[in-house]
Amino acid sequence: MPEEMILLVHTSGHAFSIEKALKKRGISCRLTPIPRKVSSDCGICVRFAPEKLAEVRTFTETLPFEIQGIISDDSLSAEK
Amino acid sequence: MNQIYLDNAATSWPKPECVPVAVSDAIMHYGGNPGRGGHKLALAAGELLYDVRERTAGLFGCNDPFRVIFTQNITMAVNLVLKGFLHPGDHVLVSPMEHNAIMRPLAAIGIAYSIIPGDINGKVKLSEIPALIRKNTRLIIICHESNVNGVIQPLREIGQAARGNGLFLLADCAQSAGHLPIDLEKDCIDFLCFTGHKGLFGPTGTGGVLFGSRVDVQQITPLLQGGTGSLSESFDQPSFLPDRFESGTQNMCGLVGLNAGLKWIEEQGLQTIAERSKDLITQLHEGLTSIPGVQCYYGGGQVLSITIDHVDNGSAAAELEERWGIMTRIGLHCAPLAHKTLGTFPNGTIRFAVSPFNTTEEIETTIRACRTLTEEACRKK
Repeated sequence: MPEEMILLVHTSGHAFSIEKALKKRGISCRLTPIPRKVSSDCGICVRFAPEKLAEVRTFTETLPFEIQGIISDDSLSAEK
Repeated sequence: MNQIYLDNAATSWPKPECVPVAVSDAIMHYGGNPGRGGHKLALAAGELLYDVRERTAGLFGCNDPFRVIFTQNITMAVNLVLKGFLHPGDHVLVSPMEHNAIMRPLAAIGIAYSIIPGDINGKVKLSEIPALIRKNTRLIIICHESNVNGVIQPLREIGQAARGNGLFLLADCAQSAGHLPIDLEKDCIDFLCFTGHKGLFGPTGTGGVLFGSRVDVQQITPLLQGGTGSLSESFDQPSFLPDRFESGTQNMCGLVGLNAGLKWIEEQGLQTIAERSKDLITQLHEGLTSIPGVQCYYGGGQVLSITIDHVDNGSAAAELEERWGIMTRIGLHCAPLAHKTLGTFPNGTIRFAVSPFNTTEEIETTIRACRTLTEEACRKK
């Protein structure tokens, strides 16, 4: 599977809000369960292509709420 | 015999057709648990929950959907604010038309209050506010539209007075939401409490509160603690919104129905709905006030009350339903303070509340029925 970036949020509502906003900006993304290695939450995360990282980062700076971070699913290493 | 439903202040009926269709569709096709799990049914439910949150925010001029907190009804929303925001020793101002959803929690937590004097219909006199403010006054509580006589309070002016005096404003929009324009920021509201099953045409079991931008939500103690699907490793309640105040599974099917009701309002237009209802209530008011022996209590909204000379309210309501199929509500309407203000305590009134689904023919029948009851009572006397 190709590498994907994982955007982590505090609550699922944030994920739905981000998904909607990214799609409106033409950035393809999808919602999936959070990888267990990252969180014990029963929530969801937003996955998107690595080449959109800069664009997504810029977008998240405009949000009225904080995100938990963005990591690569290849390494699952924090990049925040 | 046709039935004529005029108890829309208790709950609206009928709902627009799209509402039961949406609820049924939710149960049949995407009945997952929103915010719990990442499979497609949970995601579909979560997406709808976000959609109704966003739509609710939009209706009330709130630019952050996560400051919309859903509760089971407006009573729970009011309890959340009063018990989470106020502290022993605080003092509040209330309108003379408040509902027990406000007065009982205040009594339960022992909060002192002063009633802002009003005119004959209970419309507050703005000029009276400054003299009532004490050092420990923190909040003004206003029933935007009375559930007894429909009087509409000047929310924006009261909000400005609150801000000018360093106070917060709680607006009880149970009756007004869905036909009056309400703007969280422009109307200077700090806590906008609403119910979903009246003018917003959702099912019962829906409602909530919107926090204005001045409110520091970390200073408000949640009413409930529990599972949120977030920070699950901790016993501490999350601090972020909406999870700080929304524990446990949401009333997904109810909220989907509320979403359908909100969409219907958007399609019809608030103004169109308001004008339709206004025409009907004006017709009813004019008709009832023309009957000698009928005392009418009306302050301008979608609700009015009457008493009929020499006729017991309960007997009148029974006759209205048995002979003409007209459904009303009698008693104190959970608002003894409002009835004391209007001079109708403790007997209460017969209340009529219209919706845009009523017809002019139904109103004509209701006026005729009240005239007949009044004339019959006069003859018996």
